[in-house]
Amino acid sequence: MTSSTQNTSSAAWLARVTPVAIMATLVAMAVSIPLTHAFAAPGDPGVIATLLRWTPVIATGFGLNLIMSFVAVILGTASGALLGIAQISTIGWVRKSAFLFTEFFRNAPTLVLLFFCMFLLPFEITIGDTTIPFPPWMKAVVGLALSKMAYVSEIVRGGLQSIPSTQWEAAEALGFSRWDTLWRIIIPQCVKRMLPPWMNTYAILIMSTPLASVLGVHEGLTMTRGAISAEGRPEMLAPFYLYLLAMFFIYTYPISLWTIRLERRYAVQG
Amino acid sequence: MKGQLMPESPSAPIVSLRDVRKSFGSLLVLDGVSLDVAQGEVACIIGPSGSGKSTILRCINALVPIDSGSITVEGQEVNRPDLDKLALRRKVGMVFQQYNLFPHRTALQNVMMAPIHVLKQDRKTVEERARALIAKVRLEGKEDAYPGELSGGQQQRVAIARSLAMNPQVMLFDEVTAALDPETVKEVLVTIRELAEDGMTCIIVTHEMGFARELARNIYFIDKGVIVEHGPPATLFANPRHERTRAFLDQIL
Repeated sequence: MTSSTQNTSSAAWLARVTPVAIMATLVAMAVSIPLTHAFAAPGDPGVIATLLRWTPVIATGFGLNLIMSFVAVILGTASGALLGIAQISTIGWVRKSAFLFTEFFRNAPTLVLLFFCMFLLPFEITIGDTTIPFPPWMKAVVGLALSKMAYVSEIVRGGLQSIPSTQWEAAEALGFSRWDTLWRIIIPQCVKRMLPPWMNTYAILIMSTPLASVLGVHEGLTMTRGAISAEGRPEMLAPFYLYLLAMFFIYTYPISLWTIRLERRYAVQG
Repeated sequence: MKGQLMPESPSAPIVSLRDVRKSFGSLLVLDGVSLDVAQGEVACIIGPSGSGKSTILRCINALVPIDSGSITVEGQEVNRPDLDKLALRRKVGMVFQQYNLFPHRTALQNVMMAPIHVLKQDRKTVEERARALIAKVRLEGKEDAYPGELSGGQQQRVAIARSLAMNPQVMLFDEVTAALDPETVKEVLVTIRELAEDGMTCIIVTHEMGFARELARNIYFIDKGVIVEHGPPATLFANPRHERTRAFLDQIL
């Protein structure tokens, strides 16, 4: 049961979630509670009571997942946008290096990137007299942001190139510089088109954040596993993981619904 | 080719091409083109598709760099590495076959954008002039319409107004009626005629032979990257000297 619900949390599923899948999740949750009762030793507090007791701990961990996703999406979007623009540069070496950089990180497994950042980045950064600590969760953010950056770079490149070259030509004939053309004419036309795929990559990003648990970051999954081992009750395994999955679901599902709505709307507008 | 080096107008030409050559890869598009256009003159360039007509216009405002030869606009050489492109594009306006309006901006904003952002002119003055230009191309009431809400002919007239907003000395028209419905062709041609009658120098690539005959001082027939012959419409249409010109005119008229 646990493995089936974990499968349903994969990114591919999220983009095309069906009512059937929602029902399956809800049924799984409903069934797991009486089942765990069957295994419960007499005298243990009930499943709900146990989950409620651990909620502040797990929610704090999940909060870190959210914070990591916010910081990573900001860093990844900013760097990815620049990289995507560099991919259509008229300067050959800029275009080629942006392309290679994008492809390298786009084809890198996120978990490997996380290990890479963990061992490559210093634990603190000293600028002049100030020392900024660089805790593991921030290293994980860098790893996640690198992956996000590569996807954003591709989204931006594709979006910019979807605008016909005649728009560039018309702007050039009116004396617009390349940057002005990009900023005032090309980007405003394609930013809407880029929004749905960008939101898709955000959904993938938030669901990648538990990978940070292998680096010892105290995010939702780490905290849930901590709670499980503290309780030491095998029958609580499924409820705890389902509880965490539910948190991810409640946060991500509206985003995916919204993405699909935006996709439809912009598809109609062309 | 005889006579091309002697401009028929006594005044110095505002646009002058000398032996312009241009290839795209191995494809030779312009094979030594020379022509002169005087201030206030309307010159029409005709010829079969793929003959290099549009490329001539694109070379004049440096959208396309040339391989060799010389192009001058108001005496300034275009074919040089340190060309001040902005100065050139202030002088030379261009209107395209597919209008190429900015679809995310209204008609008025399309006209206002370049003066505000490129020339850094005052927004209020620009808006006044933009409204006047939209009235000039007979589109009062359409100021706030987006390009997608306008007919092809209306879009093309907005494109003309947008180009005029830069106060150019020369206007280049690249088959501006070729993509239009027949019933809207006329309104665009009327706009261009009024412009010409105001004394604007116009270089027009067109398939509208009636229009060319009526408006042009000189017509250039170009084929395979070469100006086969040129002259006033009366001469060129009535007595083409070259077989290729005759064949083309027979086909199109």
